[in-house]
Amino acid sequence: MLAEIGHFALILALLTALAQALLPMLGAVRGEPSLMAFGRSAAQLQALLILTAFAMLMISFGRADFSVALVASHAALSQPLPYRLAATWGNHEGSMLLWVLILAIFGAGIARYGDNLRASLQARVLSVQAMIGVAFLAFSLFTSNPFARLSPAPFDGAELNPLLQDPGLVFHPPLLYLGYVGFSVTFSFAVAALLEGRADAAWARWMRPWVLAAWIPLTCGIALGSFWAYYELGWGGWWFWDPVENASLMPWLLGTALLHSAIVTEKRQALAGWTILLAILAFSLSLIGTFLVRSGILTSVHAFAVDPARGVFILAMIIGSTGTALALFAWRAPQLKSGALFGGISREAGLTLNNLFLMAVTAVVFLGTFYPVIMEAIAPADKISVGPPYYNLVFVPLAVPLLLLVTMGPMLTWKRDSLRALMAKLRLPLLATLGLGLVLLLALGATNASAAFGFALAFWLVLGGVLALLRRWRGANGFSLRLLRSTPAAVFGMALAHAGLGVTVAGVTAMSAFATSKIAVMRPGETLGIGRMSVTLLSVNEAQGPNYQAMQAHFRVLKGGSSRQLSSERRFYPISRYQTTEAGIGTSFTGNSYIAIGDSAAGPGGNGLVVRAYDHPLVGWIWFGGLMMAMGGAASLADRRFRIGAPVRAPAASASAPALQPRLVAAE
Amino acid sequence: MKRPGLAALLLLMLAAPASAVQPDEMLANPALEARARSISAELRCVVCQNQSIDDSDAPLARDLRIVVREQLTLGKSDTETIGYIVTRYGNFVLLKPPLEPATYALWAGPFALLGLGGAALLVWSRRRQTAEAPPLSPAEAAELDRL
Amino acid sequence: MQRLLFILPVIAFLALVGVFGFGLTKDPKALPSQLIDRPLPPFKLPGIEAGGPGLANTAFQGEPALLNVFASWCAACPQEHPVLTRISGEGFAVYGIAWKDKPQDTRDWIARFGNPYRAIAADEAGHTAIDLGITGVPESFVVDRKGRVRFKQIGPISPEIWEATIKPLMLKLRAET
Repeated sequence: MLAEIGHFALILALLTALAQALLPMLGAVRGEPSLMAFGRSAAQLQALLILTAFAMLMISFGRADFSVALVASHAALSQPLPYRLAATWGNHEGSMLLWVLILAIFGAGIARYGDNLRASLQARVLSVQAMIGVAFLAFSLFTSNPFARLSPAPFDGAELNPLLQDPGLVFHPPLLYLGYVGFSVTFSFAVAALLEGRADAAWARWMRPWVLAAWIPLTCGIALGSFWAYYELGWGGWWFWDPVENASLMPWLLGTALLHSAIVTEKRQALAGWTILLAILAFSLSLIGTFLVRSGILTSVHAFAVDPARGVFILAMIIGSTGTALALFAWRAPQLKSGALFGGISREAGLTLNNLFLMAVTAVVFLGTFYPVIMEAIAPADKISVGPPYYNLVFVPLAVPLLLLVTMGPMLTWKRDSLRALMAKLRLPLLATLGLGLVLLLALGATNASAAFGFALAFWLVLGGVLALLRRWRGANGFSLRLLRSTPAAVFGMALAHAGLGVTVAGVTAMSAFATSKIAVMRPGETLGIGRMSVTLLSVNEAQGPNYQAMQAHFRVLKGGSSRQLSSERRFYPISRYQTTEAGIGTSFTGNSYIAIGDSAAGPGGNGLVVRAYDHPLVGWIWFGGLMMAMGGAASLADRRFRIGAPVRAPAASASAPALQPRLVAAE
Repeated sequence: MKRPGLAALLLLMLAAPASAVQPDEMLANPALEARARSISAELRCVVCQNQSIDDSDAPLARDLRIVVREQLTLGKSDTETIGYIVTRYGNFVLLKPPLEPATYALWAGPFALLGLGGAALLVWSRRRQTAEAPPLSPAEAAELDRL
Repeated sequence: MQRLLFILPVIAFLALVGVFGFGLTKDPKALPSQLIDRPLPPFKLPGIEAGGPGLANTAFQGEPALLNVFASWCAACPQEHPVLTRISGEGFAVYGIAWKDKPQDTRDWIARFGNPYRAIAADEAGHTAIDLGITGVPESFVVDRKGRVRFKQIGPISPEIWEATIKPLMLKLRAET
């Protein structure tokens, strides 16, 4: 019964979305307020209906109703309840339902909190949002119905892939989807602006919170996914350049570019066409990410529900959305009013350069991910792979200048700055950074020159964040509390995010230069030395989990004078006959000790256990930096200027150039 | 279900594939072993989703790791060892794709995009500046001087 | 000129869609063989019977042949086996290499399913398989009368593949001098 209610709600949602796609658009064209208002009610109704459907599916999972085919194939009775519930989205059909749910919730958000939007713009945004909804709802209903029944119902279900039975599954996919789907809102804003023929400062200001609303969860989702892979896959890698990871990184990079270009459009009304293009591309790359995972066009460790028929449907959706939007862009964008002028050295120019480099690094990821498919077309006999060595060679040289720019950007003033003024502001931080780099180079030796450079770069970024705040707080008479209090949240956000980037860079540098590992056969009582770490195997025992058997090994790890006990597990899930590794990880500020166990094997002293021990310096910084970036985004989102009504004309006060800005506006 | 004893559990685990490099594969010579590890990290496991043979627990990956070590023990250079695998499985095994006409776009594409974008920007800003940029107002000039 | 700049994204996108559409028709895991139009790598393997005859690459001379790599533990092989029996029944030479298989297991397997092979070699260590670029079982090579590989089938040979692709090729190779 529940499944039928869910199915019915989903069908109603499709019909609602159809109406929402057509009527508000018609209203916006004809200028009929009642039709435009309909979009708002429809968006909220649609969200309610999909929420009902999703709840029904989740309850079916919770109750272990095996007459629902999806439940029977992804939940076993012995599976703990949280993982049975999380299994709702741990499969293709359910994750598509989560996707449309988030899409509808964002739509309802525009309807609910978009009161200050121009009515015609809001109607168009909601209509475009509903068009995407129609496509995905149809995809869900016609190719991947989550509510299909199974008769006769089995007594027990098949287990969810044990690798997915982890807290990571509970949070990682929803966060990623919030990001991917969040970019549908900016996409809708972009298309609506093209339809209206207006992309002004107000439009950019309305759109910017939605960019952040997508970017923040995407940042968290990527960081969490990386952390999950680190502790679950059992050998301590944190980024694999896997096609599916890349599929999340590309919208993130473009989303970051969009975040910055939208600032220019908001503050200076410039780059409007470019901002629109980025908004279209960011969502398109999210769609292509979906296409990737579900079409089987690329092989990836994440691939699930590989089905070419679904691939064809998603490809059609991409053509329908991205193709139409880009065609619209080619047609309407040239008529958009070009914005204010800016000099070759100015905040605008800095942000444009930032966008250029972000495009280039996105191109690295894009080409690396899709080149095997492109080769299939241009040189079918020569099949290639693109792996980490390619990215290290091409991504890094393009990312470094981008990171160097990050600290310089906020020092520039809007509209026009001079090289001399910039150099004056740069002199001290540059000297400090170069000095630190030199000291590190001497301390670490020439063989570690790249590590010295990486740490100096990290320092440069953190320093940039700190300086952005200090400059803001220093008035004519030294530091002033008044200036501190009046600092907009968005400035704190920017400083935090930029510093977070530096923290991540430090972690990445330490991991790529100084991570060490050792593999050995150990017996209880034996000790293994790895660099500054010494690992003693204390004992081995068996244990029984709710739906698995485990072998546990207990270790004592001595590192830098401190001692701690770690336990590693190898789990065997009898239902799915699957093994997982649960590494023993000792976390600390300066780095992690990471121990994974393997099979029993013959060693020099007789039979023992294969032990892989790793020393991972500063690895936690990688994800903590990501968290800082997300928190920076959240601080910006909390900025009250987003909540008050958007101005009609260019904003009177700028976030970062308080002294100069009003006068420049006046001078225009 | 009866709980299996530790020995039985170990047996169960032995039946499943082992993970990545095993101690019994490793070479006694640490320099040679280090070379083997770095070569293995650049070779793709052809039957896996997207892993190097160094990370993979597939039996074929293990066979290839052993082949790599055999070749090194025979005194072959890194290039020769990689070439040995490539003649058998093709460029597909290289995680770092070769530089050849078909892959020029892969290697140069991002830099070309940067260069073209930069050039377009330069031309665009020059043209707009010469055409329309208003001269500095006295107030702006004063401000700049102060800075 | 500037107009063109705005049209560029659509053009790039259409090209990409073309590539994706094309990619959908391809199997990303099918690895093209490096041996096509090249001679079989030299190998000399023991047979599955102790002291019995083995198989070497020199056997592939004078007559086109099918070299089938299989294993007793392979899930898809029983499905392919009747086709191999049919192929050898139609008078074509079929040779087998048992990959990473204990000879006793191979013998039991042959006793159960029948023997379509002129000779079966045991490649327990899997070295010859690596020389052949094997990624899994079953895989088969069509070898011409000069010992050169002309075609590689990845996965089981179905009756359709045999009729439509491999048989016509082998008949053509027979006619070659």
